[in-house]
Amino acid sequence: MAISATAGRWRRGNSRAGLMFLLPSLLIILVFVVYPIVQSLWMSLNDWSMFQVVHRFLGLANYVELLHDRRFWNALANTVVFTVVTVPVQIAIGLLLAIRLMRSSWWTVFLRSVFFFPVISSFATMAIVWRFLLSADVGPTAAWMRSLGIAPIDALHTPNLALPAIILVSLWKNVGFTMVILLAALQDVPESLNEAAVLDGAGAWGRFIHVTLPSLRQALLFASVIAVIVSLQVFDQVYVMTRGGPLFRTETLVTYMYEQGFAEYRSGYAAAIAWVLFILIMLLSVLQLRIFRYRDVD
Amino acid sequence: MSTDALPPYLRAERGPLHGILRALGWILLLVFAAFMVFPFVWMVLTSLKTQQEIFAAPGNLLPGALDFDAYVRIWSELPFARLFLNSIVFAGGATALSVFFDSLAAYALARLDFPGKTLAFYLVLATLMVPYQITLIPLFQTVFDLHWLNTYQGLIVPRATSAFGIFMLRQFFVTVPRELDAAARLDGAGEFRIYWSIMLPLARPALATLGVFLFMNNWNDFLWPLVITSSTEMRTLPAGLALFSGQFVIEHAVLMAGATLSLLPLAIAFLFAQRYFVQGIATTGIK
Repeated sequence: MAISATAGRWRRGNSRAGLMFLLPSLLIILVFVVYPIVQSLWMSLNDWSMFQVVHRFLGLANYVELLHDRRFWNALANTVVFTVVTVPVQIAIGLLLAIRLMRSSWWTVFLRSVFFFPVISSFATMAIVWRFLLSADVGPTAAWMRSLGIAPIDALHTPNLALPAIILVSLWKNVGFTMVILLAALQDVPESLNEAAVLDGAGAWGRFIHVTLPSLRQALLFASVIAVIVSLQVFDQVYVMTRGGPLFRTETLVTYMYEQGFAEYRSGYAAAIAWVLFILIMLLSVLQLRIFRYRDVD
Repeated sequence: MSTDALPPYLRAERGPLHGILRALGWILLLVFAAFMVFPFVWMVLTSLKTQQEIFAAPGNLLPGALDFDAYVRIWSELPFARLFLNSIVFAGGATALSVFFDSLAAYALARLDFPGKTLAFYLVLATLMVPYQITLIPLFQTVFDLHWLNTYQGLIVPRATSAFGIFMLRQFFVTVPRELDAAARLDGAGEFRIYWSIMLPLARPALATLGVFLFMNNWNDFLWPLVITSSTEMRTLPAGLALFSGQFVIEHAVLMAGATLSLLPLAIAFLFAQRYFVQGIATTGIK
């Protein structure tokens, strides 16, 4: 009797305690995450201007307007090109680095830190440094080209070179992330698998294709899904280095959303762009899950 | 390096070309490593140059003489002390609150029973899937309506919990043996006592990983402070420096000194706690 009474009191106390423990986080999530998500969807269905009290319901008109907005299609195309080029290169370099630096010695550990260091730096701040490095008048790359007798190129102000420059800088920033994910997975591949493959007559390439890659499938999927999400959200480096220029050639979905939301004050239209981004992220994540499962042989 | 260092099954493969390829591989790796560190090296060395030097010889890596003038002038040419303070208050405050609230919520979700628990857990998981750009525009409106634009509370409160943090700490608390808190409960300890003096000490490595990860994200964040602050007085380092860098009045050496100083706290932390940085980033994958 005494025991069950204690248990009952404990359970009731437990229940109240549970809610109290959860309360701060729950309140913040409801007010600053869940409510804004719902409001964002609602805004996207309205002619909603920031700082205006009355909003007109539009239905899907914002989304229809997007379909006819050439600047939106341009931003979408830039974002997709950026992602499609950046992600595979990032995975390939990350994989090469991980394989090369797999065995631990004092200097592979040192090199891992070197490749990882850009990941922890502020992209906005380092983008200032990169803009300086690539500057045609005071930058070192232009100076070196001049001293070699080559006409220096001002990549960030050249329509065809601005996006490649942004891609290069993004690879510099994020390659270490992929390397770290794949390193952790590589170190879990049992040595016995490689030995067995050698006994079966597999060369280095055969081992890579039949042992390394299949054992890394989970890690590659994770690295690739995250890299795609981060790439689709590209903003900091573009805002600092080109502001979307020259001639909108580096404008991306998020910089266009920022422009519409915080320069034109068209909250509803900006929210609609954000929802397109969300749908794109979902679609590409599902697609990658499919691709990686398709190769599932076991 | 001798052949004996390799696993036995690899020794057979060493041909005459092997040595050359191997050397080429290392050279390539070192060139790539140089490319990775170059922006940091350039940043630091340029901060030690004079403005005349930067314009006269933009291709020179090393400064003619070490000139620490930029590190003196940055405090007067920019409101740099204020930017630094803002970054510390924002990143420090948001991180401390988030680690505390996340661990409370995680404890409830892992160890306590209450109505709506499963629903709350799924809610946390669901918010992880939504990119934060979705919430940015309405959040600005909310912060504006609260009259919180250009305030610390506007920067910090929406960042005072993290769905990822709750999820990660919950996964940790679930693995702690039940006997530990059952014994304390028999001794009459309340839930907060159990959480505070049994669970938190056990969770120290997980809390450190989360803390380092959140601090890094907030310290480096650009878009959020850019949106929530418009006065120079309230900018954080990345947003402040980026906006000053767009003005022609600012000297390059001063700007590079600012970039160097703003990187310094994380660089020092990385030197001593690299493990926590790697763990945090490897488990979430964000940024």
